[in-house]
Amino acid sequence: MASLRDALGEALVALGTENANTVMVGADTTESIKMLEFGKKFPERFFNVGIAEQNMIGVSAGLALAGKTVFCGTYIVFLERAIDQIRNTIAYCKLDVKIIGSHGGIAVGFDGGSHQAIEDLSIMRAIPNMRVIAPGDAYSAKMLIKEVGRSKGPAYIRILRSSIPVVYKGDEEIRVGKIETLVDGDDLTIIANGVMLAEALKAAETLKQNGISAGVMDCHTIKPLDREAIIKAAKKTGAIVTAEDHNIIGGLGSAVAEVLSKEYPTKMAMVGVKDTFGESGDGPELMKKYGLFAENIVNEATELLKK
Amino acid sequence: MPETDFTIRDRQLDIRQLSVITADLRKDILETLGKSNSGHPGGSLSAVEILTSLYFYKMRHDPKNPKWEDRDRFLLSKGHAAPLLYCVLAKCGYFPKEELSTLRKLNSRLQGHPDPNKLPGVEIPGGPEGIGLSEGIGMALAARLDNRKHMIYVLMGDGEQDEGEVWEAAMSAAKFKLNNLVAIIDKNGLQQEGTTSEIMPSDSLAEKWKAFNWNVIEVDGHDLKQLISALDRANTEKFPTVIIAKTVKGKGVDFMEGNKEYHGKVPNKEMLEKAIKQVEYKGD
Repeated sequence: MASLRDALGEALVALGTENANTVMVGADTTESIKMLEFGKKFPERFFNVGIAEQNMIGVSAGLALAGKTVFCGTYIVFLERAIDQIRNTIAYCKLDVKIIGSHGGIAVGFDGGSHQAIEDLSIMRAIPNMRVIAPGDAYSAKMLIKEVGRSKGPAYIRILRSSIPVVYKGDEEIRVGKIETLVDGDDLTIIANGVMLAEALKAAETLKQNGISAGVMDCHTIKPLDREAIIKAAKKTGAIVTAEDHNIIGGLGSAVAEVLSKEYPTKMAMVGVKDTFGESGDGPELMKKYGLFAENIVNEATELLKK
Repeated sequence: MPETDFTIRDRQLDIRQLSVITADLRKDILETLGKSNSGHPGGSLSAVEILTSLYFYKMRHDPKNPKWEDRDRFLLSKGHAAPLLYCVLAKCGYFPKEELSTLRKLNSRLQGHPDPNKLPGVEIPGGPEGIGLSEGIGMALAARLDNRKHMIYVLMGDGEQDEGEVWEAAMSAAKFKLNNLVAIIDKNGLQQEGTTSEIMPSDSLAEKWKAFNWNVIEVDGHDLKQLISALDRANTEKFPTVIIAKTVKGKGVDFMEGNKEYHGKVPNKEMLEKAIKQVEYKGD
């Protein structure tokens, strides 16, 4: 298990070290999401604006307009009150601001439905010029954040509250916009991201025992979407199951369906939050209750293959 | 100074010359809006003296080098006053004056609300109210980090003070002690649907800004001498300064003054001709 927040802190310090033009704006959650690691190392380049997300985005936009590379971020449900500022400054003017959204999905747990963001990927994906990234383990998160920090332009990166299983060995080259195939399969392909990536791997194991060869793909970048890899998987296996800790409306499943319905209509099932808010509870308990476990993927996949 | 270090301030325009500019600008605004037949006249006319005192007196800027790193920045947070900003930028020479006739038309650089990626001289995007001061803070922090001495001027409306983000920004600018940041409020007393006292009272603005640890200067926003003096004093303070400029919406045209109908409506052809006659320079 490893924490995406720790990965973020390490990536930010690395980026701050290699580029003195990198600055950071936080909103009183910087210790929690490890942005403060950057703040401790580079206090003069670190600005905490308090519990004021709209101002955080506006200040970030101003810094970027003055030529800085800016990271900002907070918990997603707080960040979302600044969608106006994100749309009309950062995205509209293609500013060099990278937005970190922490505490994605139902898996957030005890804080309850008010704190469990299930709509962010959908919202961010619909904003022009925005790259949208939802890593599924700490190694890939660190690599993706570093790549985003070294490239110009806006991006939204969704990280998670809890530690999640380590999926990668640590020598892979993970690139923004490129799907990573973790398991090859012949009968169907599971396309997952975030906390659901590990569940997808577990599901593939179970399916294998049941005589079904399921591939697993890490679709950490929802925009720009790796269309070629998705179409190729659909052609090869003829069935796709998407898995995400996000509303099934507008997220990864929708993005995949948009491509396939046009390019290569393929039977699909979507595992995700079924257009409902979450509640308090332990993360895994909630994932079980809301149908985000490996067994849910197994069931959807098995049913799909009967169609 | 290098040749590119051109500043309009070096022309040392006197008050009379500045007054002539304000008359020209009012005419340009009305003519431009007449051609677009769409846009916001009221809040453009109210801030003519404010922008004149900035662009033709106070600010160091170079129309031939719009991205000059040491330029003073003007941020139009009340982005609906785009016609005014465009007329000022054209008069300074940021783009040809003939281009004003493309305002709000397809493929124009003169968007309904300003877009910095399209038009030279525009610093921030306009549109939703309440964001500009935050962007000004970002620019002021960047200037301090880079050890640059330029100033950041942000123009807001008084209706804009309804936006919560303005006060988030006010708090943080004081926290960061940004004395390279000057906010100006075009206090014309009207917003889209009525007077500010009807829609959302902002009567004790000066007290509010003082309570937020800002240095507050109140002026008549149509008096160039007062504006100039306030801008000169704003430079010298330790904290951010807000200049509250009392103005009249639709200033210069009798049937538009204080009339909310002309917030976002252009007068018809006949009325426009009348209006243009009224704003002509009448002498000293």
